[in-house]
Amino acid sequence: MQFSYEVKDSYAEVKSVGRLNMVAAPKLREVVAEVVAGGSSRVVVNLAGTDFMDSSGLGALIGCLKAARQAGGDLRIAEVQPQVKMVLELTNMDRVLTAYPTAEDAFGDD
Amino acid sequence: MTRFWTRLIVVLTVILGINYVAWRWMASLNWEAWWIAVPLVIAETYSLIDVMLFGLTVWNIKFRKPPPPAPADATVDVFITTYNEPLDLVMTTALAAKNITWPHSTWILDDGDRPEMRQLAESNGIGYVTRGADWTPDMPRHAKAGNLNNALMVTSGEYLLILDADQIPEPDILDKTLGYFNDDLVALVQTPQYFINVPADDPLGSQAPLFYGPIQQGKDGWNAAFFCGSNAILRREALMQLGLVGYVKATEKSVRRALAASRTAIKKARRSAEAENPLVEQMLNEVEAATAAAQQELEAGASLSEITYRVRRKVDDAVRTLVAADFSALQSDLEEIAAMELAHVGESGVTTVASDAVDRMSGRDWSPLGALESVHAVLDAISVERTDEAQPIMPLATISVTEDMATAMRLHGLGWKSVYHHEILANGLAPEDVKTMLTQRLRWAQGTMQVLLRENPLVQRRLTWGQRLMYFSTMWTYLSGFAAVIYFAAPIIYLTLGILPVNSISFDFFIRFIPFMVVNQLLFLVAGHGIPTWRGQQYSLALFPTWIKACTTAARNVWFGRPLGFAVTPKARQSGGPSWSLIRPQIIVAVLLAIALIVGLIRLLAGMSEPLGTLVNVAWVAFDLVVLSVLVKAVLYKGFVPEDVGPERPEERNADAV
Repeated sequence: MQFSYEVKDSYAEVKSVGRLNMVAAPKLREVVAEVVAGGSSRVVVNLAGTDFMDSSGLGALIGCLKAARQAGGDLRIAEVQPQVKMVLELTNMDRVLTAYPTAEDAFGDD
Repeated sequence: MTRFWTRLIVVLTVILGINYVAWRWMASLNWEAWWIAVPLVIAETYSLIDVMLFGLTVWNIKFRKPPPPAPADATVDVFITTYNEPLDLVMTTALAAKNITWPHSTWILDDGDRPEMRQLAESNGIGYVTRGADWTPDMPRHAKAGNLNNALMVTSGEYLLILDADQIPEPDILDKTLGYFNDDLVALVQTPQYFINVPADDPLGSQAPLFYGPIQQGKDGWNAAFFCGSNAILRREALMQLGLVGYVKATEKSVRRALAASRTAIKKARRSAEAENPLVEQMLNEVEAATAAAQQELEAGASLSEITYRVRRKVDDAVRTLVAADFSALQSDLEEIAAMELAHVGESGVTTVASDAVDRMSGRDWSPLGALESVHAVLDAISVERTDEAQPIMPLATISVTEDMATAMRLHGLGWKSVYHHEILANGLAPEDVKTMLTQRLRWAQGTMQVLLRENPLVQRRLTWGQRLMYFSTMWTYLSGFAAVIYFAAPIIYLTLGILPVNSISFDFFIRFIPFMVVNQLLFLVAGHGIPTWRGQQYSLALFPTWIKACTTAARNVWFGRPLGFAVTPKARQSGGPSWSLIRPQIIVAVLLAIALIVGLIRLLAGMSEPLGTLVNVAWVAFDLVVLSVLVKAVLYKGFVPEDVGPERPEERNADAV
């Protein structure tokens, strides 16, 4: 599992590549905490390279959403792959998180 | 074969039981004394249902074969939960846990946040976890469930072995149990809780051989083996899924509430004089439009994060404009609001944030600016961040002081399976004095009743009927306190006043009652393979004040938000002499029973009552007194002396039975 991030004009993009599971979940939290602490509270997690996610990975996303919101921003997800989409639906998490087609779209209306 | 005989006796019990109780209802009631006749027949009906539920449990009794080996790369975290137990006790368990042969990480989850504990853990190479920074003092802590939920966020093993601080695990506990998880749907493997500091006669009724035996094996047969808080292995994925589903549910509910509350707040603001101010009116219009739009989006199925984000942005903007317009006036309102607690925590650890905060925010007579800020505050408090909890994802259920039962029921509701592995793989310590024992039993009973009242298993649509009845069955047994009072009262009333709740004690009565009683006892004998069940039967009647208190306090807690008056079970023996005051109600009952015996005999000699009725009721009183006598033994019990030989440890740790 690899995380990298890039601060753009109006948001920061976190790229997650590999399996976002119970082992990678704490790492994602750390990366997003770092990004938010760096002053970018509008975060997009790009999941184009995430072919697998478990409930711990989703839990980490919620933890990150909370961190971003508390800093006055938001966390959004983009480029969701089929397995991740399935997990989102299975846990009803699609009621909470909107999956945007691309990272640029995520904060497109805001 | 056992199964055949068990089922045969179950069928006989049901037939003979219904035969007796139906006759009692239809042909035997003494209506002139309805005030005792009706309660007694209700108590008897209660007992019949109780034994029928037991029969249903053992109907499907499951004797499991050892599971296949687990994949070698399965990762495990071993959690030892502690709050205030002595350090050496915790370390004994922790070091035994470290010695478990399957590769794993051992963690002490210290809710007491003790520096000495941390030091001991670290110097022994054992992980140490306390509540993180999110658990601020204003957040509900949720006792053990909160402790475990906190640890789940900072660890990463696929499986979790949960141990109470006094439960010393065998090195092979994981080798024996992990293989069950080869079935992808298994979320939980529970092993027995067995206590090594209990003498052969078990004066405090600590061992639960019927529960950690036929009852759990029977529930297992219905895919309803319970999680009992310790000595269990759980699948992280299942717990996290539970946490996520719970999070979505709680969030959707609170967003709906927040929107409703904000509308009320706006309406109220409009009625006040300040609403004539065009700027204020304009702001209120905007916010109302935003919440109305949010409501529509919600119905249309938009995601909660989008909805809440947009509404809050609009509300923020509106407030900001107002602040610019009339900053100084707002300042005082803001201070007032800041001084107000948004979330409050019940002592039971159960949050009551939403309805309470919402009521308080909408109920007070705010000025228009205040009202607008209150909208903002409500949305702030109840949003996708779940600001009423320390962490948004709470995998272990927090609706009850006993997190285990509710968690298992929800796992079953999500379609997960559970396993009961009938082999002692950890050795624990039971309370050694009456006071601690009573505290523990009260806590279990309260927790069970909380689950019944908050999430009645009978109406959980996603559970099978077998599962619903298995959960309900355990809850039903905790109602026995009320029946016990009637069973004590009826013979006293007959012997002292000569009032019989039945028409007559005749051949009709005996021909129906005796076969039922015989087959009833036979059922326990056969289903239990001769394990001792008498101690359990005594305690289920003798602790009637505890059971009644559990029901009333749990009802007050769930319905009226009152605290349970809950205490952690102390692991060390409480000092002091025999504490008779703890069993005062039972002593009073015993004295009344004794008086009834004497008066009954006098009445008989005076020819005021019939011999057969007296004989039956004297026998009944004798039975009641024998039941209660267990408490004398319990109060006089001075704690475990190692020379006592404990109840013989099942050969080969029950390996043959697995």
